[in-house]
Amino acid sequence: MLTKSGKLDRRALCTAVLSDRGDMLVIAGLGAPAWDITAVGDCAENLPLWGGMGGAAMMGLGLALAQPSRTVLVITGDGEMLMGLGALATIAVSRTPNLSILVQDNEHYGETGMQETATKHGVDLVGMARAAGFPHTMLVTTPDEIPALRAAIHAKNGPLFAVAKIDAGTLPLVLPPREGAYLQARMREAVLGKAAHTA
Amino acid sequence: MQQDTIEQRPDAAADWPDQIYDLLKLHNIRQVALVPDAGHSRLIKRCIADNTMKVVTLTTEEEGVAMMAGAWLGGDRSVLLMQSSGVGNCINMLTLSSIHRTPMPMIVTMRGDFGEFNPAQIAMGNATQAVLEAMGTLVKRADTPEDVAPTVDATLRMAFNTFRPTATLLGQRLLGAKTFGKD
Repeated sequence: MLTKSGKLDRRALCTAVLSDRGDMLVIAGLGAPAWDITAVGDCAENLPLWGGMGGAAMMGLGLALAQPSRTVLVITGDGEMLMGLGALATIAVSRTPNLSILVQDNEHYGETGMQETATKHGVDLVGMARAAGFPHTMLVTTPDEIPALRAAIHAKNGPLFAVAKIDAGTLPLVLPPREGAYLQARMREAVLGKAAHTA
Repeated sequence: MQQDTIEQRPDAAADWPDQIYDLLKLHNIRQVALVPDAGHSRLIKRCIADNTMKVVTLTTEEEGVAMMAGAWLGGDRSVLLMQSSGVGNCINMLTLSSIHRTPMPMIVTMRGDFGEFNPAQIAMGNATQAVLEAMGTLVKRADTPEDVAPTVDATLRMAFNTFRPTATLLGQRLLGAKTFGKD
């Protein structure tokens, strides 16, 4: 699971986090996190984003508030999270226990030519989340920390904010469906049943 | 002097904020995302006092657009309350509604709109309707107390019946004079 760089392989991380996922609903930020969750296995309980950069965590908050009994996980990149840092304050204050945010931090903007992000230069997202008041934060750098990450996501005593340092290598594209109305409707049906379409 | 006040809020006798609250209840709004505005202060108090509504104070308005997308994914109806200057913060995030066809009703108190005192409010106030419409939002205005309830009702109905962003702009003519702290 560790790559030659000594950092985690993003797909192996996603595979481990999404194994035995139970009733978990997953939102993935645009770009590589969306390809990653799709590589693990596309399903109705996944909402891979094609846009809305900076909004993944807040989408997770709306979903977690609407479905308080279900585990909600946002998987996103460091660039996407950096664009919406105010959400750390909003979500920490909300004290939404069933919401977890996992930042796959490769310290680069992967979709635009691998330019460096602020995390490459020392910006500490875990420290920012802790300072915002997240009751649970984690920094994951080795495979043996992943079981604890999985346990924390499923514990639903969050909100949880975790950063996993991942290898910056580019992996083969595994694209999810591009029709957003379909992606939204299939998750609504998975959550609400057929009534989703007549509400 | 009343037109020159920094912040304006409805005078205590005006009941249109309560009418908006009643409409939020009628349309089963469960999540209220907001950046505070003086014009919304009474409505915000009503929402916070209602334990069936999940009220989230945002750090910037675009968070509320994303939150509405997540709320709808999970089956909750939501609304975004903000001032016209906040509309500018929302523009790219409204893409989420266009991608997924998500209902996103917004209730916007206007500044820079009618008799504005603060030059900083003019540019965004003057652009509010145009930029919302450029992103596909159905925009209706209410400039008198009698207009508020039917306009907000239409904004909520069109969002949830036709799956798109909609907005009511509450005009500065409506918002009334400063109340000197008496709300």
